[in-house]
Amino acid sequence: MTARFKHKAVVLSIVLLALLLPFIIQNDYFFHIMTLSFIWMIGVYGLNLIAGYTGYLSLAHAGFFAIGAYSLGILTVKFEIHYWLAFFLACAITCIIGLVIGLVALQTKEHFFAIYTLCVGYIIYLVIDKWESLTGGVRGLIGIPVPPDLGPISFRSPVSQYYFNLFFLLAAIFMMYRIVHSLTGRTLIAIRNSEELAQTIGISTMKNKLVSFVLSTFFAALSGILYASFIRFIGPDISYITMTFDFLIFLLVGGIGTLSGPIVGTLLIVWISQQLQFLQDYRMLIFGPLLTLLIIFYPKGIVGGIFSWKMKMQEKKKRLSMSAKSATQRAEEG
Amino acid sequence: MFLETRQLTKQFGGLVAVDHVNFSVEKGKINAIIGPNGAGKSTFFNLISGFYPPSSGQVMFKGQDITRLPPNKIAKLGIARTFQTTHLFEQANVLDNVLIGFRLRTKSNLIDALFLTKRLKREEEQSKEKAFEVLKFVGLTNMENKIVANISQEEKKRVAIALALATEPEIIFLDEPAAGINPEETEGLANLIEKIVQHNITVCLIEHKMKMVMNLAHKIMVLNHGKKIAEGTPEEIQNNETVIKAYLGGSAIA
Ligand SMILES: Nc1ncnc2c1ncn2[C@@H]1O[C@H](COP(=O)(O)OP(=O)(O)O)[C@@H](O)[C@H]1O
Ligand SMILES: [Mg+2]
Repeated sequence: MTARFKHKAVVLSIVLLALLLPFIIQNDYFFHIMTLSFIWMIGVYGLNLIAGYTGYLSLAHAGFFAIGAYSLGILTVKFEIHYWLAFFLACAITCIIGLVIGLVALQTKEHFFAIYTLCVGYIIYLVIDKWESLTGGVRGLIGIPVPPDLGPISFRSPVSQYYFNLFFLLAAIFMMYRIVHSLTGRTLIAIRNSEELAQTIGISTMKNKLVSFVLSTFFAALSGILYASFIRFIGPDISYITMTFDFLIFLLVGGIGTLSGPIVGTLLIVWISQQLQFLQDYRMLIFGPLLTLLIIFYPKGIVGGIFSWKMKMQEKKKRLSMSAKSATQRAEEG
Repeated sequence: MFLETRQLTKQFGGLVAVDHVNFSVEKGKINAIIGPNGAGKSTFFNLISGFYPPSSGQVMFKGQDITRLPPNKIAKLGIARTFQTTHLFEQANVLDNVLIGFRLRTKSNLIDALFLTKRLKREEEQSKEKAFEVLKFVGLTNMENKIVANISQEEKKRVAIALALATEPEIIFLDEPAAGINPEETEGLANLIEKIVQHNITVCLIEHKMKMVMNLAHKIMVLNHGKKIAEGTPEEIQNNETVIKAYLGGSAIA
């Protein structure tokens, strides 16, 4: 009970900090980076659901991110549809494409699934890159609108963008929390653990995997949509494999299959990248080895590492208090 | 007929792992399948539980043809099984491992999860109650919070059985439940198997420990090279010439 309470207190104070941050730091560059991080995190949560909780490493994630972003861009810029309708349609389009791809991709397992989705991701990239009349090809799409004013609230200033995207991030985390702590979440974890065993105890693995996959594309779409209306320009590079790997690195560093991993990993990597920007692509020379070491020693990322450290400390405490007890007992007897 | 196989056959390439086996399980009894390694016993279980589609033949359960049903549907009908090697989630605790066993009797979906509905709360409570009930049944009270990786081999076997029982089966198939545990623990496990039958759950087990099988089983089938070579009571099997030649040898029955 107290552990639960402590947990709640930590979560509440982090949310409070996020809400109050604009009053503490007033720097547009800082808001820009934070807002972008929030947007990434939503996408990372999607990857976490399918790869971390269900055990299916989807490498088409950036593809779905881009489908969301481009759907919003095309619908608002080319068809001049109302922002919120386009927002909704972009989610729906991505989920439908996700459903169709999932139906096929989920016939495969493990590395076959990873390779298959890698190919799917590349095909999405090619379509976006080559279908110039629709997507603008390499030139991309410009002039994607920000969300329309909500009464007196406008979404043009960096601070309002910060809150706007924080809202969606909190909603995404809330959804993930509910899912992971429900029978549905347990079902996904059971599939990750052993698909054979899951089937044996009566779980329809295909149905559940499909739900998880489509939901992961929904998070990717949401992330892509927010990205498009934050940056307001999109090009085919957002669907490229490097983008999927960025999501994956955020997840792995933070902790795959943990609820706070996506936040920790994204913030850390985004800020480190900012510091190392002068190195350009040579950053990877530093990241690569660090990532390898991290995965070898902390397969569940930073958050997983902290968890197991905490567990060890608790065990130690227990053993200490037990031996102390038996020592006093012996002393009393003696 | 409760559960029976008709001319059940499975071929892996040129190998006939299960060869036209007719077998009927006696309801409310302990049925055993014995035979040398590679005789096709596990494959026979995999055919019944829907993991492999048979090459030919049928599986009937309470008058229904279940031959081509997927494993999850078969489980829902009330047929549970354990595996020869345990598949438990080692990093999770005992309760979390067993709790999911009741999932097939619940209906909560994603929407329930997102809105934390009454139904979800009720079903989570039911799953927990079921888990505690079966853990008590297999003799693992107060073990709920232990991480599976840290418990003994025998306790893992009991957790696997508890998980199977949490699905509320009418029949349970146990694949070598006593493999890799010591004689004392084997006796405890034999008691548990008898307790399961007393609670109206039919048992069908594969086992190499002859003493255990002969003491426990009401009915035994012997497989050799995929073929049924004998069927009968423990006495009949022990005195069967073909069985002795093929499998038991002279000294195997201690
Ligand atoms: N999936 C499979 N693919 C090919 N051969 C298999 C497969 N499963 C089992 N076999 C073969 O079928 C035969 C019977 O195996 P099995 O049913 O595991 O025997 P038992 O459980 O009686 O020791 C063995 O020769 C084994 O190699
Ligand atoms: Mg076997």
